[in-house]
Amino acid sequence: MVTQNGNHDKTLVVVQLSGGNDTLNTVVPYNDGLYYDYRQTVHVDGDAVHPISDDLAFNPSMGPVKRLWDEGKVAVINGIGYPNPNRSHFRSMDIWHTAMPDEIGREGWLGRATRELDPTGDNVLTAVNFGRGMPRALGVRGVPVASVGNLETYGLFPDVQDEFLRKYALDAFAKMYGGAQGRDAVMDFLGQTGTDALKGADILRTAPAQYQSSIEYAANPIAQSLKSVAQVMLADLGTRVFYTQHGSFDTHSGELVSHAKLWDEVAGGIGDFYDDLREHGRENDAVILVFSEFGRRVKDNGSGTDHGSGGTAFVIGGDVKGGLYGQYPSLAPDMQLEGDLHYNNDFRMTYSTLLERWFHLDSEPIVNGRFEQFDFLPA
Amino acid sequence: MTTTTADVALMAHLIRRAGFGAGREELEEQVARGYENVVEDLLHPSADSRENLPDDLIRRYHVDQSELRQLDGAGAYWMYQMITTNHPLEEKLALFWHGLFATGYAKLNQARALLNQVDMFKRTGFGSFRDILIELSKDPAMIIWLDNNDNHDGAINENYGRELLELFSMGIGNYTEDDIKEASRAFTGWTLKNAEYMSMRAMKDSIWPYGRIAWHFEYREDDHDTGDKEFLGERGAFGGDEIVDIICRQDATARFICTRLFQFFGADEIDERGEAAIEQMMASYFESDYEIRSVLRTLFNSEYFKGEAARYARVKAPVETVVGAVRMAGSYRQPTLGVNQLASQAFYMGQGLLQPPTVEGWHEGVEWIDSGSLVERVNFAAKELGNPSNPGVRAIVDRLARDGGTAQSAADVVDGCLDLMGPLQVEDSTREAIVEFASQFGDFDLEADESVEAVANVIRLIASSKEYQLA
Repeated sequence: MVTQNGNHDKTLVVVQLSGGNDTLNTVVPYNDGLYYDYRQTVHVDGDAVHPISDDLAFNPSMGPVKRLWDEGKVAVINGIGYPNPNRSHFRSMDIWHTAMPDEIGREGWLGRATRELDPTGDNVLTAVNFGRGMPRALGVRGVPVASVGNLETYGLFPDVQDEFLRKYALDAFAKMYGGAQGRDAVMDFLGQTGTDALKGADILRTAPAQYQSSIEYAANPIAQSLKSVAQVMLADLGTRVFYTQHGSFDTHSGELVSHAKLWDEVAGGIGDFYDDLREHGRENDAVILVFSEFGRRVKDNGSGTDHGSGGTAFVIGGDVKGGLYGQYPSLAPDMQLEGDLHYNNDFRMTYSTLLERWFHLDSEPIVNGRFEQFDFLPA
Repeated sequence: MTTTTADVALMAHLIRRAGFGAGREELEEQVARGYENVVEDLLHPSADSRENLPDDLIRRYHVDQSELRQLDGAGAYWMYQMITTNHPLEEKLALFWHGLFATGYAKLNQARALLNQVDMFKRTGFGSFRDILIELSKDPAMIIWLDNNDNHDGAINENYGRELLELFSMGIGNYTEDDIKEASRAFTGWTLKNAEYMSMRAMKDSIWPYGRIAWHFEYREDDHDTGDKEFLGERGAFGGDEIVDIICRQDATARFICTRLFQFFGADEIDERGEAAIEQMMASYFESDYEIRSVLRTLFNSEYFKGEAARYARVKAPVETVVGAVRMAGSYRQPTLGVNQLASQAFYMGQGLLQPPTVEGWHEGVEWIDSGSLVERVNFAAKELGNPSNPGVRAIVDRLARDGGTAQSAADVVDGCLDLMGPLQVEDSTREAIVEFASQFGDFDLEADESVEAVANVIRLIASSKEYQLA
């Protein structure tokens, strides 16, 4: 929403790379002989990469991110992770979602942030997830989150093709759920929730209609999700947290082909999204966090790579101070963790930085502890 | 014997709770058999009456559900069993135990071990609570889930001991921290064969493409603390069996397990009359040597359960919503890839089979409902039941015509559908909204295709009502 002094809401856009993105082939140590030793087959061509320093370069498919890097808008957080890395997709993703590495957490960190941003839960659209099924990062009891499969058809009775019939059905739904309150607590709650859902869907559906842009997003799912984020963000519906994901980055085999395609899609989507916001003068209102549940094994398996640890995250936005953060983990044999990269900065440092410096929230109760912050956003 | 509307309504209530609902013909057959006989049938699923789709079809069609390497295939397999079963209470009870002894895939990376646990619930779930707790303590998935493989003589890990008392049997406030430690000591040595290796593999999941290794329970005498323990006021060189014996003798345990069963099968909220029903269940628990079958029999035959207060007093869980709608629509008859979608649907509504959020299980009742999950519930049920080509939907239309003639008014059709889909009791405002919706189609001629479709749309609307969210 537009505040009184004309400023827009600050929003966080999460892009989750599901399946375990291969760090070594994303931010490539292209001048390190060990990289080519360990990655006899599954390495990217050192001539095709986009260098960002004497030691490191982006994957050849990351051109649009490199362009933003050159503008100083991309923070690369190398060596991100947590103690005692877990190489199970599900558990490691849970850890990232709940910010609880040691025990099984119940609440998602972004759900908690959403509760702080909108304590009364007045806006049913404070957090919007693009995809089916709510990611645990957004799950906190009593915090409304809209999960949108497809913005164009979002809402009730999407399978009803006949426009008039659907309208009649929606009217009837509104009456069924909007009936008199006060006789039964469960019925009242159901009535209120149904009315909220209808309202959220009605509001969300207005977003594509208001939207105009010269940017043409690609037809792949992540680019389309980011287009939906832009549409909702530009409609100023008060959404502060957007969640998207793409995958699968679980590249056990045929990695070079699939990883290149995935990054084409992700980098292209991010580049288009940024340009879209810039076209509307809104590139300083969004920060994009790109993360994955873990990195992959240092040594390849001949065709792909197996689950590892020590990852890379990216924070991208108009207000972001671009550069390299954390340390790039060493590939030296005695510096590895059982064949994997060693993490050197806790992911909750990045979370805390975003919560404190972007949302101006107290991060401690959200990430379950006090962590040092990075300077990729102004204090 | 003449079948009355009240008899059908009561039978429908029983089958919704002890199963996943049933169509009108089936309910009438059950009414003819007699309520208490049906309760006994439900409580005694017999192997020889298994007539559902044979497993060899699954073996043939679903590689994922056969090898059970991944979560999706395993969840879909259980979903398939619930949809096609002739023993609905066996499945429903297994779902109850799964929610109570909530074990999740995230930490295990072993879908087969989880399904083995569910099979154990089906095998032992009606029997003595003592046997269930012993089997649970030996269950490999549970051992890894709550770290009993790290519970050693001289170096206890309290995780299992604590949850056994707090979440699985007695509830907080009925034991001390020392009791937890002593129980944990008694379960030292209850572990997996090759436990260190198995748990390391679970942690460092990069097993593809080598597959999963089966897990087995092992009791390690050399890692068991044989010393005396003092537990809940009793003293002895207790092992796990004795700890479970002592637990089962407690009033707190009887109250805990009967309350949880009451809330799952009886009503979300416990009022005074519900409290009295729980007391009756507790008496059965002790009289029967802790037999769950007896406890459930007492509940289902109680005046409370048969009375008005229990009717539609539960919010359907997502899995019940999916299974109930699919069974009513008759839309799943043979193995298809669609069943994986059905398992995903329950996940979208907030209940992923084999992936409860924590060891606490799911928060049930109205907590199933939020704006996101409600949209998923409504859209799913509306689509399944709004499709006139589904045989169950067609059966409702045919029955409507048989009972009320082919020419009917909109209000007649709405009342008829409400009756055949439950009978469902709805608020006046709900009924008025549906009648108004139905009126757009004019009068119904149930022999005409347009009318069949119109009835399906009325059914769609009923399936999206507030009242349909309850069981």
